[in-house]
Amino acid sequence: MIRAKVYVTLKRGVLDPQGETVKGALESLGFAGVQDVRIGKFMVISLNGVSREEAARRIEGMCKKLLANPVIEDYRFELEEG
Amino acid sequence: MRFGIIVFPGSNCELDCQWVLQGVLGQQADLLWHKESTLKDYDCLILPGGFAHGDYLRTGAVARFSPIMAAVEDHARRGGLVLGICNGFQILCEAGLLPGVLLRNASLNFICRQVHVRVETTQTPFTAGCTEGQVLRVPINHNEGRYYADGETVARLQGQNQIIFRYVTPAGEAAPEANPNGSLDHIAGVCNQRRNVLGLMPHPERAAEELLGSTSGLLLFESILSSGPAPSLAHG
Repeated sequence: MIRAKVYVTLKRGVLDPQGETVKGALESLGFAGVQDVRIGKFMVISLNGVSREEAARRIEGMCKKLLANPVIEDYRFELEEG
Repeated sequence: MRFGIIVFPGSNCELDCQWVLQGVLGQQADLLWHKESTLKDYDCLILPGGFAHGDYLRTGAVARFSPIMAAVEDHARRGGLVLGICNGFQILCEAGLLPGVLLRNASLNFICRQVHVRVETTQTPFTAGCTEGQVLRVPINHNEGRYYADGETVARLQGQNQIIFRYVTPAGEAAPEANPNGSLDHIAGVCNQRRNVLGLMPHPERAAEELLGSTSGLLLFESILSSGPAPSLAHG
């Protein structure tokens, strides 16, 4: 089995009010030096019976078609075997 | 005219749209389940508000792959009218039928209240019966209504007169306090380049009778009726 860890993050320049709010909360809790907080999505997708190459191709396709919206988001993924 | 109102699992404004079209304006308006893959001779398709497919992942992200969406794209390609209201606007953006995307409101609050929008152009079948600069009083009801597109896209929309509605004060000014959700450039509604697909966050169907406090929204539906069916559709 191959497990893909997919990270979807907001592109630079896209306002992230959730991140801003969390940053404010961290500051009010006394955590100093928080420069910026950006909130994204983390997905774990398990694939069966495919090669590593094929898994990478499929996950790339999934990201392009559904998992990320290229207008506002970037994505990257890591593959783990076993 | 024949209207088709598309119902996704999680849509919740389809009956309001149907009531306005059938009950108030006396038109044919059929509800169409999202699993349909062929559509018969509709002049205008409406994607109503709600939370299609739970809005999981991103608003409209899953709905855009519902079987009926291929037929909606085909209808738009043939010049047929498509109107996306609120969640419908989000779905049309995800489907690439309209540019941009709707993000979480800047305030992080779900907003449900009356707002004012200005008609930026009457050069669409949806606003032909309005006057340029006319201020409409319509409700919004959303969590993700902050319109965003990159600078190049917004400049193109502006240049090609595709920004159809902007949030304004009752007097018609695009003052900062009149922007309820942080939308870029106060954008409340846009159309495609061909001008037959319109998406807007406010709900015109909820402002179509005196009883509801405003009849501003009726202007959109009346505009569609007076524009008539697209000649390019050529129903058999």
